[in-house]
Amino acid sequence: MARLLQELVESFRIAFGQIRANALRSVLTALGVIIGIVAVTLMGTAINGIDIGFNRSLAMLGEDVLYVQRWPWRRVDDWWNYVNRPPLEVETAERLNRVIESTPGSLLEVAVPVATRGTTVRAGELRLGGVMLFGTTGDYARIVTTDVAEGRMFNDIEATVGRPVCVLGSAVAENLFPGRSALDQQVQIRGERYTVIGVLAKQGEFLGLFSFDNQIVAPLNTVRRQTGVRANLDLRVKVRDKTKLAAAEEELIGAMRRVRGQLPGERDNFSINQQQAFKEQLDPVKAGIALAGLFITGLSLFVGAIGIMNITFVSVKERTKEIGTRKALGARRRTILLQFLIEAVSICLIGGLVGLGVTLAASLVLATLLPALPIAFSPGLMAVSVLVSILTGVVSGFAPAWGASRLDPVVALRYE
Amino acid sequence: MSAAAAPARRPARAPGDLVIRIEGVTKLYRMGTETIHALRGVNLEIRRNEYLAIMGPSGSGKSTLMNMLGCLDTPSAGRYDFNGKDVARMVDDELAEIRNREIGFVFQTFNLLPRSDALHNVELPLIYAGLRPAVRRERALVALRNVGLGDRIHHKPNEMSGGQRQRVAIARALVNHPSILLADEPTGNLDSRTGEEIMALFEDLYEQGHTIIVVTHEEDIARHARRVVRLRDGLIESDGPVL
Repeated sequence: MARLLQELVESFRIAFGQIRANALRSVLTALGVIIGIVAVTLMGTAINGIDIGFNRSLAMLGEDVLYVQRWPWRRVDDWWNYVNRPPLEVETAERLNRVIESTPGSLLEVAVPVATRGTTVRAGELRLGGVMLFGTTGDYARIVTTDVAEGRMFNDIEATVGRPVCVLGSAVAENLFPGRSALDQQVQIRGERYTVIGVLAKQGEFLGLFSFDNQIVAPLNTVRRQTGVRANLDLRVKVRDKTKLAAAEEELIGAMRRVRGQLPGERDNFSINQQQAFKEQLDPVKAGIALAGLFITGLSLFVGAIGIMNITFVSVKERTKEIGTRKALGARRRTILLQFLIEAVSICLIGGLVGLGVTLAASLVLATLLPALPIAFSPGLMAVSVLVSILTGVVSGFAPAWGASRLDPVVALRYE
Repeated sequence: MSAAAAPARRPARAPGDLVIRIEGVTKLYRMGTETIHALRGVNLEIRRNEYLAIMGPSGSGKSTLMNMLGCLDTPSAGRYDFNGKDVARMVDDELAEIRNREIGFVFQTFNLLPRSDALHNVELPLIYAGLRPAVRRERALVALRNVGLGDRIHHKPNEMSGGQRQRVAIARALVNHPSILLADEPTGNLDSRTGEEIMALFEDLYEQGHTIIVVTHEEDIARHARRVVRLRDGLIESDGPVL
């Protein structure tokens, strides 16, 4: 044991002496590992970031909200089973709420009808297209994850009566009323005037597809009366306890079947959607991206490893006579193996640490330049990359070190 | 060198216990399709505190015998007992252990580590013996002082003369108190005056009780020993005291 310790200390001494003596060569070799580690850790950081952004987007849908819709949030091959489903009505929501209220200990809280349509909105000379208009009831505030930043949400009376009031998404407010408050201002939607009573807090983009801030919320009755168009309506149902989401979904299916008067054995003529469904759809895609990314960046680390292996072979060749001398003086196979392995690992470890530093700096710079980009540099990633660089050294140094340890001392001593 | 100073005049000491006993040792090398008989059946006994020279022209099996004696190589057939232990059938790491404890090597080309100072070079066998740094340093210092280099301990090999380098190598060979000192052409890379100095050091070591084996092809060097073994074609041609 004491012997192994002395040998280890000697091996590190040799390794660092060797790295110092061949500074340029060591730097160039380490560069391969540095590039490899930077590539892999940057990739890891990006994957981490994608994950975080993805979860952030999903959270916007509401972790405790179930969506009752005609179509499921997944690809369907049997479209004919869905296309003739009855549309969801405001009455469906009312009846569903009555069922929920009459169920003792219900896991569901409230069902809110939400009509959705794209529209154009005007304020004075400014026109804004591609805005999502949500028509809903006063309960909407209970199911959304955003706060009202300014003003208030419309109440039940305004919703029932159909007052021409609306709440703007933060992007809509900024675009229509740049540099001033949108509160109490008038906007025109499809030729009708609405009074702005509130502005929502900023939410950000959903999976980079569309902005949650580009929306207007107005009372459903107002929207229906004024636009006169039957918009695409769905129900959002808030769950009391988000840890019992599955049970709540079961209850919701039963309640909806009662509302719809469906017979046992009949297939549901509606779909229950939730953010989990998105996750299930996108998880394989995410995993694929991560795997491909790590594989490609892993290749650059592999090239670095080959460099280490090459230089260790050269090092063994150069010092064949020294190996012979050491063996003559009593160095065992293990001693020689350790010596060259530690040399390879040391270069890799130095490369890995420098690479990690570069990645850290790069992600800090990126985070300040592009704050929207979700970048996450985790301590776990640091540990993994240090481990990976040690592993790279062991794997790439092993073959040459093994060869050195097996050298015949007679042959090695004669080597010039 | 004057005849009066010739060490051969000094008497051999009374031989001690048996250190090395070689019986019927052969060594074959395969070179392509050819088989070379480097040793064809060698018998040799070496006792404690002998001063032996092994001589022979190139191709005589001299180097092979030296590698065998130094436990760098094992015989193809025959017995080799070192301090009563059967070395012929030992595996690599066991041989390394014997080399570390029992044999001090002195090479023609010194074989010092170029980037290490004299002290660290001498410490090397003690590192492989697993000694603590403080003990190592103490013993290495003593060994360097014994060869007259107490004031050169932090010099690197390229800062020393050939003679000094060979002294460092001798200190390294002796630092772990081996049973034999095995020198392969120890003066081959030195001028004749420095060579004589090294041989005088060997003489001192012999007087102190060390067992010394010198492999050489120079009669002048062999004459310093007390006993000469001459090899020819893989066999011992003669074995007797230096006249």
